[in-house]
Amino acid sequence: MSLFASDVAIVGGGLIGSSAALALRRLGFSVVLIERDLCGARASGVNFGGVRRQGRSIGQLHLAMRAHAIWQRLPELIGTDGEYVQSGHLKLARSPQDLAALAEYRERTSDFDLKLEILEGAEFRRRFPMFGEGVAGGSLSPEDGQANPRLVAPAFARAAASAGVIVLERCHLTSMAREERSFLLRAEAGVEIRAQHLINAAGGWGHEVASHFGDHLPLKVGYPTMAVTEPLPAVLGVSLGVEGGGFYARQVARGNLVMGGGFGEATGPGTSRPGRRPMASVAEQAAAILPALRHAQVIRFWSGTEGYTPDKNPVIDFSPTTSGLIHAFGFSGGGFQIAPAVGEVLAELVRDGTSTTPLDSFRINRFNPHPMSEASIL
Amino acid sequence: MSTDRVVVIGAGPAGIRAAETLVRNGIRPVLIDEAARGGGQIYRQPPRAFRRSGKDLYGWEAPKADGVHSALARIMPDIDYHPETLVWNAREGKLDLLRAGRVAEISFDRIIVATGARDRVLPFEGWTMPGVFSLGAAQIALKYQGALLGPRIVFAGTGPLLYLVAYQYAAAGAAVAGVIDSAPFGAQVRALPDLLRQPVTLAKGLFYRAFLHARGIPVWNAALPVEALGSGTVEGLTWSRKGQRQDIACDAVATGFGLCSETQIADLLGCKFEYDDSQRCYLPQVDGAGRSSRAEVYLAGDGSGIGGADLAERAGERAALALLEDIGHSHDNARAVVLDGEIGKLRHFRRGLETAFPAPGFGDFQLNDDLIICRCEEITFGEARRAIAANEISELNRLKALTRIGMGRCQGRSCAPAAAELLAQCSGGGLASAGRLRAQAPIKPVPLAAIGVPPP
Amino acid sequence: MDMSLLRRVKSTDRPTLRFRLNGAPHSALEGDTVLTAVLAVSNHLRVSEFSGQERAGFCFMGACQDCWMATENGDRFRACSTLLTDGMSLVVPDSGRTL
Repeated sequence: MSLFASDVAIVGGGLIGSSAALALRRLGFSVVLIERDLCGARASGVNFGGVRRQGRSIGQLHLAMRAHAIWQRLPELIGTDGEYVQSGHLKLARSPQDLAALAEYRERTSDFDLKLEILEGAEFRRRFPMFGEGVAGGSLSPEDGQANPRLVAPAFARAAASAGVIVLERCHLTSMAREERSFLLRAEAGVEIRAQHLINAAGGWGHEVASHFGDHLPLKVGYPTMAVTEPLPAVLGVSLGVEGGGFYARQVARGNLVMGGGFGEATGPGTSRPGRRPMASVAEQAAAILPALRHAQVIRFWSGTEGYTPDKNPVIDFSPTTSGLIHAFGFSGGGFQIAPAVGEVLAELVRDGTSTTPLDSFRINRFNPHPMSEASIL
Repeated sequence: MSTDRVVVIGAGPAGIRAAETLVRNGIRPVLIDEAARGGGQIYRQPPRAFRRSGKDLYGWEAPKADGVHSALARIMPDIDYHPETLVWNAREGKLDLLRAGRVAEISFDRIIVATGARDRVLPFEGWTMPGVFSLGAAQIALKYQGALLGPRIVFAGTGPLLYLVAYQYAAAGAAVAGVIDSAPFGAQVRALPDLLRQPVTLAKGLFYRAFLHARGIPVWNAALPVEALGSGTVEGLTWSRKGQRQDIACDAVATGFGLCSETQIADLLGCKFEYDDSQRCYLPQVDGAGRSSRAEVYLAGDGSGIGGADLAERAGERAALALLEDIGHSHDNARAVVLDGEIGKLRHFRRGLETAFPAPGFGDFQLNDDLIICRCEEITFGEARRAIAANEISELNRLKALTRIGMGRCQGRSCAPAAAELLAQCSGGGLASAGRLRAQAPIKPVPLAAIGVPPP
Repeated sequence: MDMSLLRRVKSTDRPTLRFRLNGAPHSALEGDTVLTAVLAVSNHLRVSEFSGQERAGFCFMGACQDCWMATENGDRFRACSTLLTDGMSLVVPDSGRTL
């Protein structure tokens, strides 16, 4: 029998949960972080590794700007740079319409200091000679970049543990309840956790945790498919996306080209495999966009489990039904860059009930004027 | 029923006997194999330009090799044979293939997986240098290419293959500088009662040893390779025995500490695995007849646990009979009973071999921090140890995620045994708790350009 | 200096094939894999992308993936499981190169 009592319990040891744990601890809260697998082993650790603000909605850019500053001081925060490099992020246009959309985005986000540069024609070719004929131009966000999620996600959890967070890995919760004074969580092997606040950072399983407390939130689970080639001579300096989505790529310092697009399929609870169709689509687009890959060998495909909301914005909000419960999930494939800021925001929500960063786009009540909670049904 | 499409992966002794049994019972199987010609590794056939006798290629095993090759030739009209074809992905009811640089897809209702084995390699200083090869490589050079590694060669490792290949090299005129066997001689004596169940095979083993002795080729037991010497290519090998070190001059080293099953396809097909203490690794669950944890998947031969070629032939036939039974097809039950008996005896003999050639204690290896553990990604033991300590790593996939060990082109085929041993050693947990590297498609590198073309 | 790592001893009366290695002409025998043809005249067939260390293959059975080579036009293949064809032009990068 192990009993833990803390100010805050966090369900989910991904990047969101781990960064929240670290931020809370730095504000002086006692924290128990509960992960049923290993911290950062799921989507947080196997995502593409894009660290970009470009392409995000206005609602997310406040968070993204805050996160941008945190990424610059990753080593002091978590003891590693996580292979973070500000390689620049280039969003490709494959038609005049795409270019217009990129220009429109630059206009729309001019309040933020993204330093976006729209490139086309000879100037584009001169600066980016590696792209295939179908690429018409692109929008460069010079200060965005990339990092290695395999290292970053576990490092946040490790930093949290070093800071005094109690990290329970391979901990399978058997019950969760809001009692009069606190939350009571029970896990296998007689583990009990009592906490004043509970953060649901369960990622692709966040809606299941929410439902448990009567908050029924719309989340679709998807399995992004990614691939990596053998190490290749340097061909791609920037992190890459395309207008309209469906393909992204980056080349790491060791030479491997990491890329992705499309969705795989579930193979069991919490497990998935890359889909054959997205494999073909990723490979086909990669070969068209980067002709230098025509002889490259793919050495591995993989997929992760990610939760998607209808508007692709996460839920970062207090539960409408359960006091002390905060939901933070549904990052819809875009959580990696903003996660360090989300952690700080969650810590503020616990401490102050509000955050200095606007969270309007992430409210629960945006989905339904009458949140489909059991409380409201009854 | 018999309209079920049955696919057999691997045209070694297990796969060929499985396909033959299906054909005999009126089923037309698909047989997929990476090699251009059937036989697997043990009965591998050289390219057609070679003109060599079976006796020259396979020695005493020539009749068995001929039996397997002839069986394939005989059933050729009655199977759909896909040589030089890589199965790079396996999904529910479907396989993704790569043939002549193009992808294809094939469906199946039932599948017999007979994917064979590779060398079990444990690293020592200099093991990535040109001139250090696997034991299997040494044999393939001779059998498949009529070529000798060397000229002076040392064989270091353990297992029956160690003596067989040393003998084959000596018989072919190579300068065999020595055989370094990690197994103590006492273990081989202890194994005699089990080995006597297959006196003919035992006699061959004793003959190889006697042959080496007669040629004045030194054999050292309870000895381990320490360092391949040389700058650029091998000039010698330092080895140790009871703490004493010696150098031996040579131009090549062939090393292998037994064999590892190739289990990636079984893994992708969703078969359950369990830890096998005698082979020090995870293996797919399989019953005595070759049924896996999945109803549509059967496993046979060395790919589901090392048993050797004689066992593989019978296991292939037995798995095919199980499959026929499961789909309600008529089959020869009496034959199944006979096979079960033979398989039982061969497994007993196998236990004897495992007693005779135990895997060496990992703690006896000198594994300096600068020694490479993962030859694809060039990750060192020092990096691995530091990551294990700093992150309290106790599981192989986590080690892979944090260090890249097993993340390269070979997907851990070369480094996984050593990585598991290291993890077990550092974390204090056993090999079972270290887990196993999950297989990922493509199980071998596949051209990006080929994947991008949707299969016809 | 003899740079070869292997020598042919059996069935050596096979027809001769020609190939180029980094531009230099060499001969081999029909039925040789690329690995055999190259290691009969060279002490390595690839270099590690990371350390620049020379490699000469390892397992010869398509498992270790340590014998990936390229032709002059960039085609990539595993040397141990590819038969040499007449006129092949093979490239081995300079050792010491790192990315």
